[in-house]
Amino acid sequence: MSALLKVADAHVAYGKVEAVRAVSLEVADNEIVTIIGANGAGKTTLLNAIMGILPLTGGVAFAGEDMQQLEIEDRVAAGLSLVPEHRELFATMNVEDNLQLGAFRVAKAVAARSFERVYTLFPRLKERRKQLAGTLSGGEQQMLAMGRALMGAPKLLMLDEPSLGLAPIIVADIFRTIGELRAAGVSVLLVEQNAQAALKIADRAYVMELGEFILNGPAAEIATNTRVAASYLGFAHEGESGV
Amino acid sequence: MNTTIMLFLVQDGITNGAIYALLGLALVLVFAVTRVILIPQGEFVTFGALTYATLSAGNMPGTARLAVAMGVVALGLDLYAGRRALHWRLVARAIAINILLPVAIYALTFWFAGKNTPIAVNIALSLLIVAAIGLSLYRLVFQPLAHTSVLVLLIASVGAHLALQGLGLVFFGAEGLRGPSISDAAFMIGPLRFTGQSIAVYAITIAFIVGLWLFFGFTLYGKALRATAVNRLGARLVGIRTTLSGQIAFLLASVIGALSGILIVPITTLYYDTGFLIGLKGFIAAIIGGLVSYPLTAVAALVVGTVEAFSSFYASNFKEVIVFTLILPVLVLRSLAAPEVEEEKD
Repeated sequence: MSALLKVADAHVAYGKVEAVRAVSLEVADNEIVTIIGANGAGKTTLLNAIMGILPLTGGVAFAGEDMQQLEIEDRVAAGLSLVPEHRELFATMNVEDNLQLGAFRVAKAVAARSFERVYTLFPRLKERRKQLAGTLSGGEQQMLAMGRALMGAPKLLMLDEPSLGLAPIIVADIFRTIGELRAAGVSVLLVEQNAQAALKIADRAYVMELGEFILNGPAAEIATNTRVAASYLGFAHEGESGV
Repeated sequence: MNTTIMLFLVQDGITNGAIYALLGLALVLVFAVTRVILIPQGEFVTFGALTYATLSAGNMPGTARLAVAMGVVALGLDLYAGRRALHWRLVARAIAINILLPVAIYALTFWFAGKNTPIAVNIALSLLIVAAIGLSLYRLVFQPLAHTSVLVLLIASVGAHLALQGLGLVFFGAEGLRGPSISDAAFMIGPLRFTGQSIAVYAITIAFIVGLWLFFGFTLYGKALRATAVNRLGARLVGIRTTLSGQIAFLLASVIGALSGILIVPITTLYYDTGFLIGLKGFIAAIIGGLVSYPLTAVAALVVGTVEAFSSFYASNFKEVIVFTLILPVLVLRSLAAPEVEEEKD
């Protein structure tokens, strides 16, 4: 499999503080990759830099194309999409308008198909399509943010903490949908603090600590790693087998 | 007070208020989308009005040359900004917008100027010229500063206003101009005399407001503009360029400004610097609307127009003072009611 997204030796700095150091990462076609790590490890910073919101030194290539000089909007056009931590919805516009704008860069015929796909993935959004985005519940807002990103028919969807602040039952729902995206031909790069849920659906995982990747490998192996289990999964005594 | 006089004043106030409403709406729009407080709005008014008056007098307006000159500089900026990745498509697009468009407008103006052209053609030409200037103004002044604070944008806005006002003096001279009215018809309803011009002001204002409502409510680009206003990062993440939204906003604002000028110039003599004062009254309406509310701005504009009409009747020396005093209670109320807002970070 060829790498869809390839990040090589990436550094991201806020002034003099390096929040991300020497990070290299790959996501292949049709793969779900997760980055887990504690609060403040630099996960969100890394995603934002890959999207072009923050400046990054190093290399970012997507679908064989160098992204480094491109603006956010051009990265979107290339098929890279980010659902940011704060969702950044158009709060005073209704669900349908939010989704329609998600397809701003794609042809009308594609947008019509995307509408169907998103409404099939998230039937709740169809029920609420005339409701203002700002009045939706947290879970519905997360669905709308994901739906809006999917409207642009991206090749890779980057999700930043989709489970943040949501009830467990809704989290399960959202993770199930992420799993379904693979069938639709969308690769996923998932950043999560909820390591347990993320490792369950991911193919591979990277573990981030203080701005660096300290571990990476198949998700199943990472899940049984002693150190990961102790720090992120909360059952230090059960997972005794190391990588 | 005599009822007839009162009716006259109300009528006058609503006519002026309609113009201020248009300007106020444009200000709110530009601020919401680009965070620019558009002080040069007044210059769009003057340029529109005086270009129309000059064309009607059979002369070639200097603003047509300005549009071409600004386009040339804009092209330079576009090419410099895109120097790292110069596609032929990017170059072709930059040349089409910055050079071909203003040159075509210049050629059209040159061809029509001096002939006995119908009023509609003169209006269309004036709108085109000012629209081209508005588009280039965004490219030259505000696009390079798009990431800066509201204060920096405001200072640039003041600078642009002063520069354009100076150019207005160069192009049109210190003498005031008047343009021909759109229609000379007039009729009476009771004691009130309605001229074709005042009817045109009402009709065009209403048509424009309805048009804007349709544009923002039902078209993809209108929604994209609203999206940029609501959440700039969100808009960028779905691929809506801040630059595109800014261009549309400035295009609309310059056309609205020019149109307002064209509507006023048959009623009052306009000088190269009159636009500023007219724009400020639209600004007061926009401030009363909190720079966010379109309906509140429109209503406030009618109030501003009416207050102006009454104060020019009772205390004409203090006309402007009274009108601008309107803003004080609003500011006090707003500062008491609104929680402290930190400036948005991008």
